[in-house]
This record gives sequence, C-alpha cells and structure tokens, in this order.
Amino acid sequence: MSITVREVTKRFGDFVALDGVSLEVPTGSLTALLGPSGSGKSTLLRIVAGLETPDGGEIQIAEEDVTGHRPQERGVGFVFQHYAAFKHMTVEQNVAFGLTIRKWPKDRIRHRVHELLELVQLEGLAKRYPAQLSGGQRQRMGLARALAVEPKVLLLDEPFGALDARVRKELRAWLRRLHDETHTTTVIVTHDQEEAMEVADQVVVMNRGRIEQVAEPRELYEQPANEFVMSFVGPVNRLGDGWVRPHDVELRLEPNGATKEAMIERVLHLGFEVRVELVLQDGHRLVAQVTRDDAEQLELHEGQIVFVRPSRERVF
Amino acid sequence: MARLALRFSVLGYLALLLLVPVGMVFWRAFEHGLAPAWDAVTTPQARHAFWLTTLITLIAVPLNTVFGVIAALAIVRRPFRGKGIVNAIVDLPLALSPVVVGLALFALYGRNGWLGPWLSDHGIRVIFALPSMILATAFVSLPFVVREVVPVLREIGTEQEQAASTLGASPFQIFRRITLPAIRWAVAYGVVLTTARCLGEFGAVSVVSGRIEGRTETLTLHVQKSFESFDLVGAYSASVVLGLMAIGTLLLMTLFKPKEEAG
Repeated sequence: MSITVREVTKRFGDFVALDGVSLEVPTGSLTALLGPSGSGKSTLLRIVAGLETPDGGEIQIAEEDVTGHRPQERGVGFVFQHYAAFKHMTVEQNVAFGLTIRKWPKDRIRHRVHELLELVQLEGLAKRYPAQLSGGQRQRMGLARALAVEPKVLLLDEPFGALDARVRKELRAWLRRLHDETHTTTVIVTHDQEEAMEVADQVVVMNRGRIEQVAEPRELYEQPANEFVMSFVGPVNRLGDGWVRPHDVELRLEPNGATKEAMIERVLHLGFEVRVELVLQDGHRLVAQVTRDDAEQLELHEGQIVFVRPSRERVF
Repeated sequence: MARLALRFSVLGYLALLLLVPVGMVFWRAFEHGLAPAWDAVTTPQARHAFWLTTLITLIAVPLNTVFGVIAALAIVRRPFRGKGIVNAIVDLPLALSPVVVGLALFALYGRNGWLGPWLSDHGIRVIFALPSMILATAFVSLPFVVREVVPVLREIGTEQEQAASTLGASPFQIFRRITLPAIRWAVAYGVVLTTARCLGEFGAVSVVSGRIEGRTETLTLHVQKSFESFDLVGAYSASVVLGLMAIGTLLLMTLFKPKEEAG
C-alpha cells in the first residue's frame, strides 16, 4: 500500500529537520531514504509512523489521511536501529505481542508466530530471551514482530546500523529476498549508499531537511541531479568545471590537446583495481581508478608525468 | 594485606556503629528471659501501638508507591514547566528534619491553622488523630520510590514503548506490559525503603499525634514513652518488635527477588 508525504515540515527548536518534504512511495516498492546524519531521513520515517508529530503537512497511508492518527491506528510495522526488544519477554512473546494486543485466539497466535519464526530463521530460539541472542538475531526478531500484525507498510530505521559489516551484508540480501516474497511496501532509512543501492528499487537522497533526488539506483549513479547527490553516492573528483568519477579518469602517456598534465604521487594496488593519486600543475589533486592490466601496460609509477582527461564528466 | 585491612576496617566500622548497639537492644530485651519481654509487648497499649504503626504503614506505603511511579514517569517522560522544581521538591523530605515537618502540619491543620478551623467545623479531626499521623508519615517517606524508579526509567529509554505503540498497544497497555515489568525491581526496592522509613518514623508523628496512649501512640512513640518512664524492658522489647518488622520487610524483598533475571 502506498505512502504519500505532502509538504511535511518539522522543527526541533531552531533546527529545521524537514523543510516542506513531499514524497510518493508506490505500493509494493522497497524505498531507501539515504542521507548523512541530520538530513532528516529518520525524522521523516518517524513522522510516517506517528512517533513524531509534524509541524505542517500531510501523511497518507493507503490513500487514507493519517496525519492526526496515533501510531496504534496507522497499521505500520516499525523496526528500530537498536532493536527495541522487549527484554522481559521471550522471542516467542516478543513476536506475539501485537497479536496478543489484538486478542487473537491462542492457537492462531501460536501458529502465526511459528510461521514467522520460520520466515526469519529463528525457529530453534523461540524460548530464548533477547539478551541471549546476537545482534543479527535480535534484529530478525524485531522484523518478525513488526511483520506479525500484517502492517500496511514496513518502516525500518537504520535496521543494520548497529551490526558488524559481515552480518549487515547478509541481512541486507536477506531483507531483499524477504521483500520479494511478501511484497510489503517497505521504507528503509540508511546512511550507507551501498546498502541503499543494493537493496532498494527507489532511492530518495536527502540533505538538510530536503529531498535532493528520487531515482532508481542506476539512474542515481549515472545521472545525479546535483553535486551533493553525485558526491554522496560514490567517490568523485573535481576537474576544471566538471565532476568526474575516478573510474572515468583516463590516463595517457602522451598529450592529445584535451588532456591536462599531472604527476603521479602514489600508486595503490587494491587487487583488481589500482588507485592512482595525481597532482595537477595547478596543485589540484585527483584520484584515478584503473584496472591492473592498464596500470601494468602504462607502467605507472610514482613521480611519473601523465596526461589526464575525463572520459565522462558532469557539469552542474 | 591492603585488602585484608580494608575488609577489617569496613567490618569493624559496621560492627561498632550498627551491629553492637542493635545486638545490645536484643540482649537487654531478653536479659530476664522471654516471659517479661513477651508480657511487655502484649500489654493493651503495646498491642495498640503495634497495630497503629502497621495501619499507618499500610496506608502510607501504597499512597507513596502510586504517587512515586506517576511522579517518576512525569519527571523522566514528560517535558513540562517547573520540572526542575518538582524534582527538587521531591527531595525535600530527605533534607527537612521530621520535627519541622510535624510543626508544618500543625501550622496548617492545627486549631489556628489555615485549614484546621474549616475542617473541625465539618467534624473532621486531623491534628492529634490518625489523619495527621498518616500525612506526616507519607510526607517523610515520599522520596524513596521516586528516587529508585527515575534512574531505571532513564536507562530503559522510550524505544520499547514506541515499539509497543506501533504494534497497537494503548498507553495503559504499554504501561502495564512494557514499562511496569521493566521498573518492577526498582519499585519493589523503593517500597522496601518506604516501608522501613514508615515503620521507623518518630519526629513528625511525635509532634502531630499528641501521643495519647492507646489512641495515637505508634510503636516508636511507645518505645520513647516506656524509656522515659523507666520501663526499660518495655522499651527494649518494643524496639525488638520494630527491628523484627524491618528485618521482615528486607527478607520479603530478598525472597521475591529472582536470582538472576534473564534479560
């Protein structure tokens, strides 16, 4: 079910967290809100859930205006960065919480909880307490708990932010598979561009309480709307008036009219790719990324003079 | 060596200051055998004093428990004007001498006080009667539940409560199923401290009760009166009863507390 955000504003004292934000999240999509800390992405998510009240604007969930509704009445599933596990309840009781509140009969609850624990691969741990689980397991429990009540939309606030890199990658792929199975409209907040690009159909880039761009991951990378988006979704160099990605910097041994002279400061071998740090004649620094084969062919080494040219650049 | 010295100095201090004097009370009470002690605590006056102390405690403790939890929730969870002042006022009973508390109540509810005449016109007697004794006891034992619960509420934060609200729980359901279980041991400990304070209250009650034997005399007042009238066995025996009540309260708490809470 879709989410519509219309002209939403939120201030915390003098700080403007959201400055007239409008957004459309289509039914069944997985949308990522991507931005640096303080960009307003978490505030927006919490306003959609009703955990925060907007100063102005409107929120619709499944075409119903829910702006004045309490979180209880919105039918959202919310997953917190630090899990928000009910510490005095077992895994089973945590997952069953929303159903117990809805006064489902006991055997139906048991059945549903079993189903969900299977879905999040925690069948064997039903009787454990949250303190006896790893971070990854706790977050999967949090997901099962949110999904138990069959929410209209699933909202995840930096769900993998507190986990180590390996578990984070695993859970990311798993979340994508889960979404492909359930098709619940999902919004995930993250500050990790790789996570957003990998998991989402639609990425919303936010900065200083505003939306900079809404696009599919590929479009975001290839056609960034402005400097901020370009530099946020990947490494970037300034070259003259334009912006260029390191893998779009071409290195030649001879000048060809369009090139600029540069000296190699460092050559870093990172496996398949080689990162070349350069300094231009005007003192400006630049990073180029080439394949190992190209680096060998050009015999790149420190102190060498080369000629650079952007093979693809963007001017804003 | 240093650790041994530390242990002995702590034990020595506790023994000298607490154990030996309290032990002396027990010893003195039973110096002439069990019978005189038993007789002393079963006189009508002593029994009435015991009953009165129990009654006052049973009223003041639940009052301060309910108020304490509500006040702690207000202090931690709700931003409101004058929060700092509320926070400071809660500690007032700890700083103020109980005698002053008694005098303050006397000034308000006494014959020449603001509320005294109006209340007595309506047939309600406060000073020199049970109501003022309950007020005085509740006053001096007010901070304990608040002070135990506030830090725990701060520590657990609001995320669990928010999670419960997105899952459909009403504010009352959230309190009963999430907040209360999380703070229950702080509440229990606060109740124990409050009870101990109520049982031992002397100064404020001494001022407002009028100390009428068999009517407004609590156990602590009874100890004092026995002591003043050279009934030493009576004073020591009543003290032993007070001591046993306090120890019983502490034991109840240890009995109910689970070994190690999962979670």
